[in-house]
Amino acid sequence: MSLWDLYLSATFVENLPLTLFLGLCTFLALSKRPETAIGLGVAMIAVMGVTVPLNQLIYRAVLAPGALGWAGYPGIDLSYLSLIAFIGVIAAVVQLLEMLLDRFLPAVHAAFGVFLPLLTVQCAILAGSLFMVERDYTLAEGAVFGLGGGTGFALAVTMLSAIRARLAYADLPAGLRGLGITFVLAGLMSLGFSSFAQMAAP
Amino acid sequence: MTAPSPLWSTLTDPLIRQNPVTLQILGICSALAVTTQLPTALTMAASLSVVLVLSAGIISLIRRHIPDAIRLIVQIVIVASLVIVIDQLLQAYLFEISQSLSVFVSLITTNCLVLGRTESFARHNPPLPAMIDALGNGLGYSLVLISIGALRELFGAGTLLGYPVLPLAEEGGWFTPLALMMLAPSAFFLLGGLVWAIRSLRPEQAEPLEFPLPKVGEGGE
Repeated sequence: MSLWDLYLSATFVENLPLTLFLGLCTFLALSKRPETAIGLGVAMIAVMGVTVPLNQLIYRAVLAPGALGWAGYPGIDLSYLSLIAFIGVIAAVVQLLEMLLDRFLPAVHAAFGVFLPLLTVQCAILAGSLFMVERDYTLAEGAVFGLGGGTGFALAVTMLSAIRARLAYADLPAGLRGLGITFVLAGLMSLGFSSFAQMAAP
Repeated sequence: MTAPSPLWSTLTDPLIRQNPVTLQILGICSALAVTTQLPTALTMAASLSVVLVLSAGIISLIRRHIPDAIRLIVQIVIVASLVIVIDQLLQAYLFEISQSLSVFVSLITTNCLVLGRTESFARHNPPLPAMIDALGNGLGYSLVLISIGALRELFGAGTLLGYPVLPLAEEGGWFTPLALMMLAPSAFFLLGGLVWAIRSLRPEQAEPLEFPLPKVGEGGE
């Protein structure tokens, strides 16, 4: 599969929130306003584009079965530690990104606001790294997959927030207001995105 | 039953009244992804409850020794260690189910439900109430998972836990499986419907209007 195909498939066919149900908590909680949604989407693209290739390097160099061969321990399999390693890397990258942005691009940092620290516990980001291991991506594929996944999330959250902003004045049944209608909207969007899977199948 | 003690209400509140999935918007990711069949939903619910109770217990035990600045990292490391144990156990004893759960067991680590409860409850309470609160939330989560899993398996494949319940049309019965139930969108619709149902029964959970509707017309109704 070429890198461009992988990017498109990670963005549309395997859309993180809508087809794989990843990162739904932030997807639902922070989609009330389009402005915040766009900020969240850009932060997602940045963090996923960095963490997935970084975790790929760490996994290949240290954690994969037999990866410690260069140090004289070819029999060691540390892959069960990958979860803790990945979480650590993600937390560190998020923290680093926040500090760098604060120092060099304060305007962007102010725009990201509270979202950056929240991304540490975003399941979509961790899942990007875990899928990378499960599917055995190379470094370039990992980077493209991370960027594509982030783009897909940004796209979906921006669209959902736009629809919710339109619905702000709608006269909904009391029980459906807020969370309920958001689920239904996400379901309809997910139905739309599942047509991309049909396009990719042949 | 005697008058409800605080512990009892800590246990039963999260079942429906304060349900973690439908009211607190916690742990939705995994609630939807693993519910195409009942067995995976059950396994996931059990794993999450175990991780939740144990992590709440451990974090509550050492709550006075965790420095405030690094508490998130400490909590994540504790949860991640527990998740690794569960993941290895599942791979050893329930290999097929663990394959179909794919990365979602590992994702318990970042399940907002676990961190949400440890952060908001276990950090401020002694071990016993913390674990009971965790158990209650785990059960509330399981309730949602099991009901959605049962509905999706029943209408998507006509079976429950793998046993045929509704006779399939292709085997001479009358039931045609709804392919939609196996796909992602149905989970959103079911959960949306569940939220609607719960909030209709308990109107106090309904969210207030963001912008009050203007009163139009006069005296008609």
